[in-house]
Amino acid sequence: MVMTLETSTASTVQPAATAPRRAPRWIRPALGLIVPLAVGIGWEIAVARGWSNGRLVPPPSKIYEMLAQLAASGELTQHVLVTSWRVGAGFALGVASGTLLGALCGYSALARQLFDPTLQALRAIPSIAWVPLFILWLGIFEMSKVALIAIGVFFPIYLGVMGAVLGVDRKIVEVGRVFRLSGPAMIRRILLPAVLPSYVVSLRSGLGLGWMFVVAAELMGASEGLGYLLIDGQQLGKPAEILAAIIVFALLGKTTDWLIQLAFAPLLRWQDVFASQGGKA
Amino acid sequence: MLVFDHVGKTYPNGVKALQAFSTRIRIGEIVAVIGGSGCGKSTLLRAIAGLDPATSGTITLDGETITAPHEKIGIIFQEPRLLPWLSVAGNVAFGLSDGTRVERRERADAALARVGLPDKADAWPRELSGGQAQRVAIARALVPRPEVLLLDEPFSALDAFTRADLQDHLLDLWADTRPTLVLVTHDVDEAVVLADRILVMKPRPGRLFEEVRVDLARPRDRTAAAFEAVKHQVLEALDRSLDRERRRSVDDLLTAGAGI
Repeated sequence: MVMTLETSTASTVQPAATAPRRAPRWIRPALGLIVPLAVGIGWEIAVARGWSNGRLVPPPSKIYEMLAQLAASGELTQHVLVTSWRVGAGFALGVASGTLLGALCGYSALARQLFDPTLQALRAIPSIAWVPLFILWLGIFEMSKVALIAIGVFFPIYLGVMGAVLGVDRKIVEVGRVFRLSGPAMIRRILLPAVLPSYVVSLRSGLGLGWMFVVAAELMGASEGLGYLLIDGQQLGKPAEILAAIIVFALLGKTTDWLIQLAFAPLLRWQDVFASQGGKA
Repeated sequence: MLVFDHVGKTYPNGVKALQAFSTRIRIGEIVAVIGGSGCGKSTLLRAIAGLDPATSGTITLDGETITAPHEKIGIIFQEPRLLPWLSVAGNVAFGLSDGTRVERRERADAALARVGLPDKADAWPRELSGGQAQRVAIARALVPRPEVLLLDEPFSALDAFTRADLQDHLLDLWADTRPTLVLVTHDVDEAVVLADRILVMKPRPGRLFEEVRVDLARPRDRTAAAFEAVKHQVLEALDRSLDRERRRSVDDLLTAGAGI
C-alpha cells in the first residue's frame, strides 16, 4: 500500500516539475518574422533566377540599396526629420486639444451639451476635405499640413477621453467621496488612473491616424518628407524609392507606437486583463 | 452619540424611501438595520455616510449635523470597491492624508496585519479572493480610526464559511477601538450575531417598525437556544412588518405531514 502511494505521488509530481517549460523569450517575436522573411527571400530568389525582371516590384536587395543610397547622401535623415516633425507637431496639438475637450465634455454635462453636437458634426466631415480650406487659410507650407494631422489625431483622442471619463465606475468615485477628496484630488487620484488604459488606446489610434494624415498632407504638395519620396518615386518611375519610403513609414509608425506602449506600461501593470495572462484562454 | 431626528428621504421622482426615522445610537453600540426590500435601510446608511443627504429631518453626530461625508464616519460597501491601480497597501492607506509616506505605509501594514493579510501588502487587488478583498476594504475603512463605521451588507457576496469567519473577525476588530457600528443586512443570523440592537424596518415608505434588543454575551453561540429565541423574535417582527402571517415552522410542517 505504501509502495503504491509513493509511486503514484512520484509519477504525479515529476511531470508537473518538467511540464511548464517556458519557451525562450525570443521565440515569440521570431515567429512573427517568418512570413515576411519567407516572402522577401522568395522574391529575391525569383528575381535572381530571372523568373521576373523585378522592375515594378523590386527585390529586397534593390530596396536596401536604395535605402543605403538615400542614407549615405543624408537625404533619408532629412526626409525622416521633416516628416517626424510634422507628425510630432500635429500629434501634440491634436492630443492637447482632444484631451482637454474630451475631459471637459466627459466631466461636465453642460460642456457636453454645448460642444459635443458640433464636434460630432465636424467629425462626420472627411478630414481631407479640409485641405483646400487649410491651404487658403494657412498657406501651402507647414501649417496646413500640421493642422490636417492635428484634426486627424484630435477625434479619436476626444472620443476616447470623453467616453472613458463618462464610463468611470460610480462606485469607485463614491470611494473618493467617502474619503472627502477635493475636486483636483478626485481627478488626480481616481479619474486619471481610471481612464488611463483607454487613454493609451486613444493615443495609439491617434498616432496611427497622424502617420496616415502626414502621407495625405505630403502627397498633396511637399518638397521634402517621406511623402515627397513617394511622389518622387512615382513620377520618376522608381518603385524601389516608393517601397523604401513605405518601409521607413512602417518602421517609424511601429516604433512610435511601441514607445507609447513602453512609456505607459509601468502605469498599467495593475490591469486584470486577458493580455496579462499571456493571452491564453 | 448618533442622533436621528425625523429623518426622511424623498427622491426627485417622488418616491418616499424613508419617513420620519428617529432613534439614538450610543457610542460604541452595534446596531443592525434589517427589513424587506424597499424599506429604506440602504437609503438610511447612505444618508449617514453623507453620500445622499436626507431631504427632511436631521442626523447629528456628537451635535454636528451630517450633510456630507465626514471624517469620523467610515463605510464598508457590499463590494470591496478597491482601486485596481493601487497595491493592497496603497488601497488601505488611501484614506490617510496626514503623516509622511513612510508613516502612512506603516499604518497600512499594521492594519493589514490586523486583518490577517500581512503578506498581501504589495499584491494587486486582482490577486485577492473575495474574502481577502473584503478584509482589505475593512482595513481601509478602519485605518483612519472612524468613530462610526457603516456597513452596507458587507458580507452578503461571500460564501457561508467566509461570512461567519469575517463576522467574528469584525467583532474582534471592533473591540480594538469600539467604534459605533451601523450594519445594514438581509441576514437575520448576521444581525443577531453582531448587534446589541436590531432595528426592523417596514417598507413603502421606509420607516422604523420595531426594535429588538439582543442581550447575549459575546462571543455568541449560533446554535444556543437563547440565540434561536432572539432570531425567532426578529423573524416574527419582520413578518409583521410585511403584514403577513408567521411562516409555519418546520415543526408545524412535520405535524401536518404526519396527519396525511
